[in-house]
Amino acid sequence: MVGRARFPLAVLCFGYAFLYVPIALVIAYSFNASQLVTVWAGFSLQWWRALLHNEAMLSAAWLSLRIALVSATLSALLGLAAGYVLARVARFPGRLLFGGLVIAPMVMPEVVMGISMLLLFVGSQQFLGGPDRGFITIVIAHTTFSLSFVAIVVQARLTDFDRSLEEAAMDLGATPWTTFLTVTLPLIAPAIGSGWLLAFTLSIDDLIMTQFVAGAATQTLPMRVYSSVRLGVDPQINVLATIIVAVAAVALMISARLTRR
Amino acid sequence: MRAVIALPFAWLILFFLLPFALVLAIALGTNAPDSAPPVELGWSLANFRLLFTDDLYLAAWLSSLRIAATSTLATLLLGYPMAYAIARARFKLRPLLLMLVVLPFWTSFLIRIYAWMGLLAENGILNQFLRWSGLVSHPGTILGTEWAVHLGIVYAYLPFMVLPLYATLEKLDWTLIEAAADLGAKPIATFFTITLPLSLAGIVAGCLMVFIPTVGEFVIPDLLGGTDTLMIGKVLWDEFFTNADWPLASAVAICLLVLLVGPIVLFQRQQAKSLEQP
Repeated sequence: MVGRARFPLAVLCFGYAFLYVPIALVIAYSFNASQLVTVWAGFSLQWWRALLHNEAMLSAAWLSLRIALVSATLSALLGLAAGYVLARVARFPGRLLFGGLVIAPMVMPEVVMGISMLLLFVGSQQFLGGPDRGFITIVIAHTTFSLSFVAIVVQARLTDFDRSLEEAAMDLGATPWTTFLTVTLPLIAPAIGSGWLLAFTLSIDDLIMTQFVAGAATQTLPMRVYSSVRLGVDPQINVLATIIVAVAAVALMISARLTRR
Repeated sequence: MRAVIALPFAWLILFFLLPFALVLAIALGTNAPDSAPPVELGWSLANFRLLFTDDLYLAAWLSSLRIAATSTLATLLLGYPMAYAIARARFKLRPLLLMLVVLPFWTSFLIRIYAWMGLLAENGILNQFLRWSGLVSHPGTILGTEWAVHLGIVYAYLPFMVLPLYATLEKLDWTLIEAAADLGAKPIATFFTITLPLSLAGIVAGCLMVFIPTVGEFVIPDLLGGTDTLMIGKVLWDEFFTNADWPLASAVAICLLVLLVGPIVLFQRQQAKSLEQP
């Protein structure tokens, strides 16, 4: 029996505990009666009530939601195109550069991308008079790094799929465009869907790039969370964390179901 | 077809590549606090000289690289056995086990780091537990030390390590391992001569996915580290937001980019290889 080595299994269990104990504690303490996040003083819903009446937090959440919807959709479209090109077009001028540009944002430290995009927007405001820093610039910044993730998911799906289906459609006289719409697209739709979800998650969670390009008047949810967390632990953040974990779990289950089919 | 190539290509050139030229231009300028934006363009290398001669900045570079390297290694040591166990689990269980690794990544990064603040604080849950259990009567504080930064990095980046490792281990030809065992090789010898070399691609990809962003990490050293935890991402942030020194912050960004361009190219090659030859 090579397969059931005990050591990896033990580490796996430890790894899951390591991953989930902190999250479980954050959730548990969102129901804590005490102001101190580390002292348990009985069950209470007061922080839930407080968060639901926290106008600043709610409006920040609403803004983040809108930004995430728009940038995830843009990323899905651009990422679909980029992933398709990477998987299907073997040669064109600049192919190497293109491949590098698609991958690099995935690992580039965010402070570097943040400052570079800010300087671009400052420059364009100086010379072109716009766009004003806020919703639009945040959407552009988020789209630029999440489109890479969509492209990778789409490319992976396209590389391990049965090309004879596409060839059959073409042999039967379908134009490349018709083939794409009627054969390829339905087959990779789940990958696009989970790419969209990934882009959405990345956008709604982003702090660093947003902080650089947001301008003075705009505050997204992570920016607000960060400014509150810097001052120490805050039970309302625990409530927010609980909500985010619940939403993420549901979203991931949907995504898993999409890609499994 | 041209439009399909041109659209994402143009987007990435305009919003990803072109801005680096601007960063370089600003980095060669000087700080001008009274004008808006606070920059005077020029051809000065003073910012770069400062970054490589001032002890504080040098220390920040070195400790960023050191922290990134050690925490990447720690992530690998935890992630490899996990990926191995998942790859060897029953086929039907694997998606679930993998999903459990990925799920934290889908929740907020900021909030996962925040979770450790409450755990590691002086009167935090960990210390309470240690005192209550009688294991340690006067536990020290982990929050605000480099230990906390390492913990945070391993915690936040673990999924990025496990996923590529799992992808290569899953495709591994296990009959080779059985053959080695049949021929009398000890499990440890089999691991080092067969499993490890065959999963090298996953190890490289996972390590790069952790190492590259970690070098420039800001949130983790800011929230979990102390005043003596120097990391270059935090230096950039402070120069920009606290000191409003855009040229110096830009110079930091350029140096970080130059430092990481090798690993990034390596990562891109690895990705292209793994995707184009499944």
